[in-house]
Amino acid sequence: MNVLAEYMPLLPEVILFLGTLLLLMTGVFNEQQGAKVVWGLAMPVLGAAIFFLIKDWGVNAVLFNGSFVVDDFARLLKVMVLLGGIVTLYMSVTYLSESGLFKPEYTVLLLFSLLGMMMMLSANDLIAMYLGLEVQSLALYVVASFRRDSVRSSEAGMKYFVLGALSSGMLLYGCSMVYGFTGSINFEDIAKATITEGAPSVGMVIGLVFILAGLAFKISAVPFHMWTPDVYEGAPTPVTAFFAACPKIAAMGLLIRVIHSAFPEMQPQWNQIIIFISIASMLLGAFGAIGQTNIKRLMAYSSIGHMGFALVGVAAGNREGIEGVLVYLMIYLIMTVGAFACILAMRRNEEMVENIEDLRGLSQTNLPAAFMFAMLMFSLAGIPPLAGFFAKFYVFMAAVKADMFVLAVVGVLASVVGAFYYLRIIKIMFFDEPKEGINEMPSQLKIVLGLSGMFVLLYVVYPNPIIDSAKLAAKALLPTV
Amino acid sequence: METGMTIGLSHYLSVGAILFTLGVIGIFLNRKNVIIILMSIELMLLAVNINLVAFSSFLGNLEGQIFALMILTVAAGEAAIGLAIVVTYFRNRGSIAVEDINMMKG
Repeated sequence: MNVLAEYMPLLPEVILFLGTLLLLMTGVFNEQQGAKVVWGLAMPVLGAAIFFLIKDWGVNAVLFNGSFVVDDFARLLKVMVLLGGIVTLYMSVTYLSESGLFKPEYTVLLLFSLLGMMMMLSANDLIAMYLGLEVQSLALYVVASFRRDSVRSSEAGMKYFVLGALSSGMLLYGCSMVYGFTGSINFEDIAKATITEGAPSVGMVIGLVFILAGLAFKISAVPFHMWTPDVYEGAPTPVTAFFAACPKIAAMGLLIRVIHSAFPEMQPQWNQIIIFISIASMLLGAFGAIGQTNIKRLMAYSSIGHMGFALVGVAAGNREGIEGVLVYLMIYLIMTVGAFACILAMRRNEEMVENIEDLRGLSQTNLPAAFMFAMLMFSLAGIPPLAGFFAKFYVFMAAVKADMFVLAVVGVLASVVGAFYYLRIIKIMFFDEPKEGINEMPSQLKIVLGLSGMFVLLYVVYPNPIIDSAKLAAKALLPTV
Repeated sequence: METGMTIGLSHYLSVGAILFTLGVIGIFLNRKNVIIILMSIELMLLAVNINLVAFSSFLGNLEGQIFALMILTVAAGEAAIGLAIVVTYFRNRGSIAVEDINMMKG
């Protein structure tokens, strides 16, 4: 009994894992109603995992000889990832059933990738990190090409697979160098080994650079962003919504954990890299989106830019920076999910429309949706007093406090440039003559869009829960600073 | 000179680095066939395995070998998924030439 009690912090993962296996069997043996049953049962499974995560708040544990760590930092990010998973699953049902893609496999694959993300967020050695990443990625390669009869979808899956495998290869090469030069795979032992050596050896620096390159690919930071626009455009829209929300957050959490618990002594080295990819992502996100006509491609560039902004907080390298990143990720998650609720509603008759022009005159055909979408766009652009403004404010303040003025200035300039294309969408919705109207919005999408619109509007009134939870999580990762 | 040259850690690392570079070059320079890309990916992972096993034996530490076994397992799964995606792509497009993978650009 004592042995089992020791492994209780693992309960959310166990629930998700066994639940997913059970759902897989349900889907296999229930041919008529399988997709619906599996979809419906996935919600309570994810809900139970979230419940047990929140119940144990504040408990820290290290399991499996130091390879699996459970603390508030991991817990907060896991809750975010699972909530993102629930909402995107909930939103996807109309799209999937109308395009004939509503199959049990879809839900099961998303659940497996969520399990991989939970493993990533708790990883505390190189093997656990790699396995978590691969559990996540392998499921995502398949869902990207889920629409098997479409060239675009299978092309998206192919591009994602090839570049994803390349990045895993680089990550592994980095892991092998770090293992060779420290003689250990555990993050804490790696940190200890780098203290005693004094100046880091060339092998360690090569290892660090390769690991960061592999992780930068997963958060689609420039120069490893090439896959993002194509995969976002080609994958079915609910899958794109999932890509924009969950894997980014999990990979960002893993990146923060790796640099702070395995390479704290190499801050001068990783700081330069993070600053570079942060500035490059912010600028590319802002300028790349300007010429886009497809709204999914536009969201891809927008997400590249947002990851750049979040990396500003990582570059600051202190506890405030991490708090900023966590707040940023929470607000980003809610804004993205809301924006995709609106994109998923863009259907005319039987067809999905994806051009920004198709939103013309939405304010005259569906004013509440147009208003909420406009608020989300203002928020993504970072206009006060909406939530997106505060997200940017926290990370830029952290950068200023760490004396990184260049980073903050470039960030502000990039968000000014970025405002252009968000405002263009609003202009198209409110001031252009309507085309044929788009279909009535399904009720799930109304709920999600409404909730996230309310969140960005009302965040300024009561931001405490988000800020407090980010503070607790950052404290768990960096207790002493 | 009967002793000749002993093969040390640096030789293994050089082989690993060369194979890894060949894998990366194979992905980027190959313009013909997606299957070659899959082979290049496999080459990269095997280069990492050589590194890990060499370090493991040199350090007298088993973790590297366990890591190598994990990588072999995952590489098998990855190859299966890669081939499955290539098959669906071929069904839709009728070709798996790298230069034909260009439906989406910008």
